[in-house]
Amino acid sequence: MRFTINQRAVELDVEPEMPLLWALRDELGLTGTKYGCGVAYCGACTVLVDGQPTRSCVTPMAAVAGKTVTTIEDGNHSAKLQRVREEWVAHQVPQCGYCQPGQIMAAVGLLLEKADPSDAEIDAAITNVCRCGTYTRIRAAIHAAAKS
Amino acid sequence: MSPAISRRGFIVGGTLVGGGLVLGFALRPFSNLPAARALVTEDGSTLLTTWLKIAPDNTVTVIVPHSEMGQGVHTALPMMLAEELDADWSLVRMEQAPADPAFANGGLARGYLRGDASIPALLAGPSDFAFRKIAEFMNLQITGGSLSVRATGVDGMRRTGAAARWMLIQAAAASWGVPAAEVTASNSRLAHAASGRSATYGEFSTRAADFDPPGELPLKPRSAYTIVGTSKPRFDIPAKVAGTARYGVDVRLDGMLYAAVRACPVFGGSPASFDTVAVAKRRGVKKVVTIPGGVAVVADNWWRAKQAVDALEISWENGPGAAHSSESIYAGMDEALDKGELDEDFSFGDTDKALRGAVQVVERSYRVPYLAHATMEPMSCTVHRTGDKLEIWGGFQDGLGARAFAAKASGLPFANVSLHHTAMGGGFGRRGSTLNFLEQAIAIAQQVDAPVNMLWSREEDMTHDNYRQASVARMKAGLDASGHAIAWLHEFTEKHDPEDATWIAYGIPDRAARYVNGTDPIPFGPWRSVDNSHHGFFIESFVDELAHEAKRDPFEYRRDLLADAPRHRAVLEAAAKMSGWGTPLPKGRGRGISLKESFGTIVAQVAEVSVGDDGRARVERVFCAADPGEAVHPDGFVAQIEGGIIYGLTAALYGEISIEQGRVVEKNFGDYPMVRLADAPKIEVQIIHSGAKTGGAGEPGTPPTAAALANAVFAATGKRIRSLPLRKHDLREPIEAEPRKLG
Repeated sequence: MRFTINQRAVELDVEPEMPLLWALRDELGLTGTKYGCGVAYCGACTVLVDGQPTRSCVTPMAAVAGKTVTTIEDGNHSAKLQRVREEWVAHQVPQCGYCQPGQIMAAVGLLLEKADPSDAEIDAAITNVCRCGTYTRIRAAIHAAAKS
Repeated sequence: MSPAISRRGFIVGGTLVGGGLVLGFALRPFSNLPAARALVTEDGSTLLTTWLKIAPDNTVTVIVPHSEMGQGVHTALPMMLAEELDADWSLVRMEQAPADPAFANGGLARGYLRGDASIPALLAGPSDFAFRKIAEFMNLQITGGSLSVRATGVDGMRRTGAAARWMLIQAAAASWGVPAAEVTASNSRLAHAASGRSATYGEFSTRAADFDPPGELPLKPRSAYTIVGTSKPRFDIPAKVAGTARYGVDVRLDGMLYAAVRACPVFGGSPASFDTVAVAKRRGVKKVVTIPGGVAVVADNWWRAKQAVDALEISWENGPGAAHSSESIYAGMDEALDKGELDEDFSFGDTDKALRGAVQVVERSYRVPYLAHATMEPMSCTVHRTGDKLEIWGGFQDGLGARAFAAKASGLPFANVSLHHTAMGGGFGRRGSTLNFLEQAIAIAQQVDAPVNMLWSREEDMTHDNYRQASVARMKAGLDASGHAIAWLHEFTEKHDPEDATWIAYGIPDRAARYVNGTDPIPFGPWRSVDNSHHGFFIESFVDELAHEAKRDPFEYRRDLLADAPRHRAVLEAAAKMSGWGTPLPKGRGRGISLKESFGTIVAQVAEVSVGDDGRARVERVFCAADPGEAVHPDGFVAQIEGGIIYGLTAALYGEISIEQGRVVEKNFGDYPMVRLADAPKIEVQIIHSGAKTGGAGEPGTPPTAAALANAVFAATGKRIRSLPLRKHDLREPIEAEPRKLG
């Protein structure tokens, strides 16, 4: 199965029904993308597939064949991801940090689609769970990243 | 004190009179020092004290004996030390202490217990909780009880920094042949103005180790602080936004395999038999093993392990636990309270007599359900057994305790077990003393000739947690003719920790709390703020009801009861003021106020709630005032309070673990929902720096939240919520009078 991961072409011999999350984590060693629920509720596993925020825990590998996947590890390449990460630091968003790669990728996906999202658009797009309750800061960091 | 302790040991130990510099070895034979030195020193750097290294290149490494779970302790504690050391903050590094007895934080406790005039007597009252708790933590390395800054920081880090600074000055003075009083230290440099000499700390770090610090050194007054009280960027954040922070689940080792588990759904049950034929030949599956209470599949990819373990046909031996249900447990709690054989929690005056003499007696009952921790990272750790050695990687709130647990579980000597700390994807109490997941991971590793990374599915995590206990409370108060409370009786089921969770600051002369234990058959675990989480709801809902009975404003009613508690009163007034208390709100909106001290920090919250035509409450805003004495890292303190409020709201709005036939009904976030960004209220936090003894940050934000919410619902709708979670109630319908009548 061929696809592009963080601007690198890869070929993996895995079951077509294996979720992308486990191909990333256990086959490619990209552990920045996290498991949280396995049912697409929490969003800790969010990555971009062809630029769209995607819950990788329920996305079978068959669905990403030929596509471009971007994960949190791509920060050195993607300008938007870099900006979001900078604002995440500036706002001191993370606490435990476990959900934050997913939060950041969801935010990048949103900003790629809407340059300056409203609060309502942020509410609709960022459905990821943060058990530490960093939501106030996530919202502020997204607005700040949009302004730049 | 033992004469075997060397002079510096004595001096270091001597500081225990002031409460500090004893972490790990000051109260042990001094021979422990070489062990500690070997564990943390390298490259010619000198171990000045337990928690500090200064390298020749002038970097300062602070060794922190607590775990980072997002509460910022890996930054706040070094700040406290660097402040007294007068270090250049840009040169300060952090290292987590190894899980080794040399770094146990129990030494502090022994210091307190041996008697120190500056430590309050170990008697009643909230301010003493910390000291009792520390005593329980002896020989442990606990990160909990909101104690890291309060104990290790205040009494350890500061004194260590001051001692190191003194030693550096002595070393420079001796080398330069000038009086020590003329040597100044600031920004990691030593200087002698008269001769124009100066040097870095690093240049004298080796020689400084030759000087023995006196037992008592003056600490800086708050007015001289340049580091503490500022919000330095946290050390742990860059890796967390880069995706490179390594959690327990992210450990990767050569030849490592992955394990998924299924434990008996009924607590206390075990597998009777299972058939491995169906899964043994699956791709990637290496082994199927029996573990305490369940079965695990080990494979070359976690998903493959999970698919296989789910496919196993297992017949379970459920055991007697299968008889329990939420209904039977609540009924048992009511029965125990009816029986009236209660233990005393606290008692002042003669509450029973005062109740008999009251003009009006108000009685209400309340109930809260079990709650899961639901850390974002489900339980996980990696274990490797090689010969007679066991190696563990994972996130633990008490690394030393986990190591001791592992030694026992594996049957190996403590010295043969090593533990490597990783980041924790949420703690909230779950990764402390309740280690059923570690027991499983060890059992797997003992049967596999490779390192094994075990990860629980979300479903395993939610159904095999150690839960915040369900609890029933019966509150009774006597009012005088003006509605003023003169007697207070708080009866409840299942007391755990902290001891002062039922404490009230209200000046009610005759007051008591009583409890009955033994009504809860479900595994218990400390959950953010522990017993405070529900006593905040019971106490502050009931006070609100008393205000209503007295036809008084709930804020003013509380304020009048706080005449002799000026700090509490100031916090309450601040929260009311922030919220615009008393100003009109649109129809369907209401404000609720709540006050709870926990872990040495006083917190008041006002929740503003709107109730729509759909009968659902939406929390619009939460205003919070908090007095932690002082906030070492104000932004970090605010973040902890914000997080504590969200944690409390999730529980109050949605949180319920229910039991049917001895098993947990809720399996994943779909039926155990979380507050998400769209339902997160705007939160404003005001810190009140009263200068009182430093309180905690991680937990005190949670206890007032449920009552503030329920009181706001009452203000908006006239409906009184006496059982949680709120989502169980349709606010368009009449609310049941008392939860116990639900049966």
